[in-house]
Amino acid sequence: MSILITAEGFSEDVWQTLPAGDELQQALPEGARFLFPLAFWQARRAEILARYPHVGLWLEPDAELSALFEAGDLPHFEVIAIHFPRFADGRGYSLARLLRERGQYAGELRAVGDVLHDQLFAMRRVGFDAWVLKDGKDAQKALSAFATFQNPYQGDVRQAPLFRRRNGTAA
Amino acid sequence: MYRYDDYDFALVRERATQFRDQVARWQAGELTEDEFRPLRLQNGLYVQRQAPMLRVAVPYGMISSAQLRALAHVARTWDKGYGHFTTRHNLQFNWPRIEDCPDILDYLAQVEMHAIQTSGNCIRNITTDPFAGVAPDEVINPLPLAEILRQWSSFHPEFAFLPRKFKIAISGAREDRVLGWFNDVGLRLSAPENGEPGFTVIIGGGLGRTPVRGQVLREHLPWRHILTYLEAILRVYNLHGRRDNLYKARIKILVQSLGLEHFAQQVEAEWQHLKDGPATLTQAEYDRVSARFGAPAYKTLPDDDADFVLRKAENPAFARWAARCVHPHKQPGYAAVTLSLKAPGQAPGDIRAEQMEAAAALAEQFSFGEARSSQEQNLILADVEQGRLFEFWQIARSAHLATPTVGLLTDVTCCPGGEFCDLANAKSVPVAHAIQARFQDLDYLFDLGDLKLNISGCINACSHHHVGHIGILGVDKNNAEYYQITIGGRVGNRARVGEIIGPSFPAAEVPDVVSEIIGVFVEQRRPDETFLDTVDRIGVAPFKNRVYTQRAHGTAKRPQQESVA
Ligand code: SF4
Repeated sequence: MSILITAEGFSEDVWQTLPAGDELQQALPEGARFLFPLAFWQARRAEILARYPHVGLWLEPDAELSALFEAGDLPHFEVIAIHFPRFADGRGYSLARLLRERGQYAGELRAVGDVLHDQLFAMRRVGFDAWVLKDGKDAQKALSAFATFQNPYQGDVRQAPLFRRRNGTAA
Repeated sequence: MYRYDDYDFALVRERATQFRDQVARWQAGELTEDEFRPLRLQNGLYVQRQAPMLRVAVPYGMISSAQLRALAHVARTWDKGYGHFTTRHNLQFNWPRIEDCPDILDYLAQVEMHAIQTSGNCIRNITTDPFAGVAPDEVINPLPLAEILRQWSSFHPEFAFLPRKFKIAISGAREDRVLGWFNDVGLRLSAPENGEPGFTVIIGGGLGRTPVRGQVLREHLPWRHILTYLEAILRVYNLHGRRDNLYKARIKILVQSLGLEHFAQQVEAEWQHLKDGPATLTQAEYDRVSARFGAPAYKTLPDDDADFVLRKAENPAFARWAARCVHPHKQPGYAAVTLSLKAPGQAPGDIRAEQMEAAAALAEQFSFGEARSSQEQNLILADVEQGRLFEFWQIARSAHLATPTVGLLTDVTCCPGGEFCDLANAKSVPVAHAIQARFQDLDYLFDLGDLKLNISGCINACSHHHVGHIGILGVDKNNAEYYQITIGGRVGNRARVGEIIGPSFPAAEVPDVVSEIIGVFVEQRRPDETFLDTVDRIGVAPFKNRVYTQRAHGTAKRPQQESVA
């Protein structure tokens, strides 16, 4: 089981991905907590909801979010994982922000894949609150990344832009 | 110029600390080369042919005397005593050791400098008009907005890993001096008769492998909305720009593949969610940032200074310098002045530590302690009293900063090329020197008039060869260095890419070819015509014919430039 980093520390990851197989047709697996790929979720929505009390979603960086928004799916998910196939692929940052700001998604948002120390700070700002680091990376050391900057300029999912916070005045 | 407050200082210091930690982790093997590369690039650190190269940001070209002195110190302490100004305001050091870069950045942070996002697939240094704030044709002073854009783009959490680099230029004057048509986004003044001033948003321009003139995405964007609108553009690009092919990853390719209309719809749809949100600028923020620039304490002076006029009449060398290096100013009795970095024998844009200090002293004595770096790789001191220009000139001359050729053929814009740059196909500086050596006669150069020559060592076009009146591009031909020539390119409101005249030439022939092109111009020009006027009137064919008739055909390589449908 992988180590899950949160801004508060570490925990064990209790979520599983679907076993590889004939994706959309396969039988629903035994187990409690799965991160279902977007297409699988969209094809088997009713069955999944009937079978599992806890539901998670797995998004690749090319995910189209509008259908999720329109279907009102987001409240069903306890966890949404966004996959970073390469850390230099920055699509996941926009997806995260859209889920939080436009979708008002309130559950756990985790970054998985090629996730590294030096990306954590920005990831947190766009709405991620959990991370599974790339294998072999020092998770303890990575926690220091959350303190990189005290007062970034831009607004993010947590706070307004600095120019609206300067000296405590909302301009 | 803008002075940091505590927040600004804290951020550059935290950045220096972060980078020191990254270098340490790389040295300890905790970061692989592949993992470290994008991190160091986002801090302007390249590994080049001979040594690392550190590109220090000069945000929108503004630099203070204290900063120039600090750069001189860096050049002497950690480099070989000089630096190189690029065409995007920044200053490059060619010889630092990677291990020293954290110390260099700590040192620079003390004078409000950094190397944030001077490279990498992120939002790069904002470029603007080197005459911002003083140009007579200016309507909006772009400097406060350029600083606001600097802050907004620095460590923007959503856009640190774009498909490719992203360049924004902003201009508040009637004439475009920022290459607005050839940036990823060009913000150009839009000042409707009755209405709030704002910007015309140009999208998808760029030079490089696929030169494209940008298109108008939005005719008028009120200035308060620039951040939210840029976020909408960048979000569409971040999500949909190509990441599978380095050469197709710039936003211009996305705009072309979607078509302007469809792209504009996507931006508009995104913007509807962001518009009027927290990133909408306020007058209070604009005023706060403006105030930190400080207003120059101009004296009340007569329009044309008598001493300046007299000195020009008495001293032809001074008159010549003034004709090319002194520029109009909106404040009566003042002038903006170019300090040329094109002294014979010096690589274009290079500046030695002593010259940095001389420029710092000149700025301090004559121009409120500020200078700007221009896209033509010169320095500009924007606020000099006309009555002190003679004194200024004498000092500048002794520092080899008064070459009177600004805007002439030998004011060559030139990248470091094959002697330094890893990506180069060919050397560029020796070609610049050979052309400068060929055209030394000042009377002749003055007679030729405005002529912009740009030399890039490869198709990345760092020196904007496409928009040179004469452009020279280094190409590789069977492992030999060859040069392809374009003519008729131009910057400004009517900016466009020049036309390739034909197959490329070996280095030794380039000065001859330039002479032949100039020869056609001299023969064909009508009184008062500039080079571009003549090219526009007679077309490229007469130049082609002259250049290629005496040369063997069939050996040269085909033009490299891709055309864009
Ligand atoms: S144009 Fe090419 S050779 Fe010149 S600096 Fe740019 S990448 Fe290097």
